[in-house]
Amino acid sequence: MENLSLTIDKKFDIDKSLPAKTQKDRESFVLHLADTNLILAQRNAEWCGHGPILEQDIAITNISLDLLGQARNFYQYAAQIKGNGATEDLLAYLRGEREFKNGLIVELPRGDWAHSILRQFFCSAYFYLLYEHLQKSEDEHLSAIAEKAIKEVTYHLKWSSEWVIRLGDGTPESNTRMKKATDDLWMYTGEFFVAEDYETLIIGEGIMPLLKEAWLVKVKDIFGEATLTIPNDTYMQTGGKRGIHTEHLGFILAEMQYLQKTYPGAQW
Amino acid sequence: MVTVQNDTIQDTSKEKILSILQEVCDPEIPVLSILDLGIVRDIRISGDQVEVIITPTYSGCPAMDAISFDIKLKMIEYGYKNLLVTSVLSPAWTTGWMTEAGKEKLKAYGIAPPNPTQIVCDTRLFAESEAIQCPRCNSYHTQLISQFGSTACKALYQCQYCKEPFDYFKCH
Repeated sequence: MENLSLTIDKKFDIDKSLPAKTQKDRESFVLHLADTNLILAQRNAEWCGHGPILEQDIAITNISLDLLGQARNFYQYAAQIKGNGATEDLLAYLRGEREFKNGLIVELPRGDWAHSILRQFFCSAYFYLLYEHLQKSEDEHLSAIAEKAIKEVTYHLKWSSEWVIRLGDGTPESNTRMKKATDDLWMYTGEFFVAEDYETLIIGEGIMPLLKEAWLVKVKDIFGEATLTIPNDTYMQTGGKRGIHTEHLGFILAEMQYLQKTYPGAQW
Repeated sequence: MVTVQNDTIQDTSKEKILSILQEVCDPEIPVLSILDLGIVRDIRISGDQVEVIITPTYSGCPAMDAISFDIKLKMIEYGYKNLLVTSVLSPAWTTGWMTEAGKEKLKAYGIAPPNPTQIVCDTRLFAESEAIQCPRCNSYHTQLISQFGSTACKALYQCQYCKEPFDYFKCH
């Protein structure tokens, strides 16, 4: 009975016959999704104990937990692709800022409630569409993670949409805050749809424009009800998906990775 | 197949193993066994090795490692030694896999069981709130307080008739 591990033994079997180039792109793509979900989960978790009312404090931290679970699935898959002893923890805790591939929008500070709600809405609307597409992926692991995640994202999308409407079409104060959040966040939404090579190779040529179109329809629909307006064509900041980040990522990583970097291999 | 090892009889038939797994409970909702919950997807037996295949209710469900731990301890108690617990994501778990007996146990425990119709899962906004029955007084005159309750798999409701707040195991 020696060596009997009491945790889950097995999750993913990787097809090693894929060409090395494809494996590298697959790893980058999966890490991009893992990092994006992890950082958004951490930003939302900052609301723990600070939510406007108890029920919504619990709601946003529950969403955090879902995102963290999705991030773990992606990290576990990435670790399997990478091999050589990689683990989900090593990927999350010991990679540097330039190695993180999350979109910029998720690393921005949480701001006020309007800011966090709007970011969650933009991200959930994107993930809903992306997972809908990935469910049909030939990569059975990606499709399985997406099939699981979309059920959770459906609730996140519904919850955040209702809040965007409640605040946008609410009091003059809540409306002003939603307008400010829109002005602050809009320039980071373009990055969803500027595909890196690793994304195009995995999700397919010509898919991003379709996702963008569907995403805009969803956003316009909710903004209409919320009496908010989409900003005119503005400059869109990109870079996160290839490791070029804002100054905010370094701080969140420093805090998140402190323990593992100070006491490598610590477990509890 | 029956083998005798160290005074312990190992009956490696699926039925025997299922009856053992019936004793393994959800750590958050101890009235439900993992079979009631519908998360045991398969049992594979090869030689003396038993592999239990489970699926998570939610991606971030923190109970999965605890459940794996409990499955192994329970199986060891019955003399099984060569054990594997495998987690699969697809097909994704749905509340439709929860047994009828499980739903009754949930209700008796004070948690409203998931409705068979899954209208709340659609993306319509402010959708007509689904009629959820109060597990205490059986009234359908209840109100959604929050889509997310004490755990990710539950929503928070309040009965307008007996005024009791309660958890609803939401459809998924």
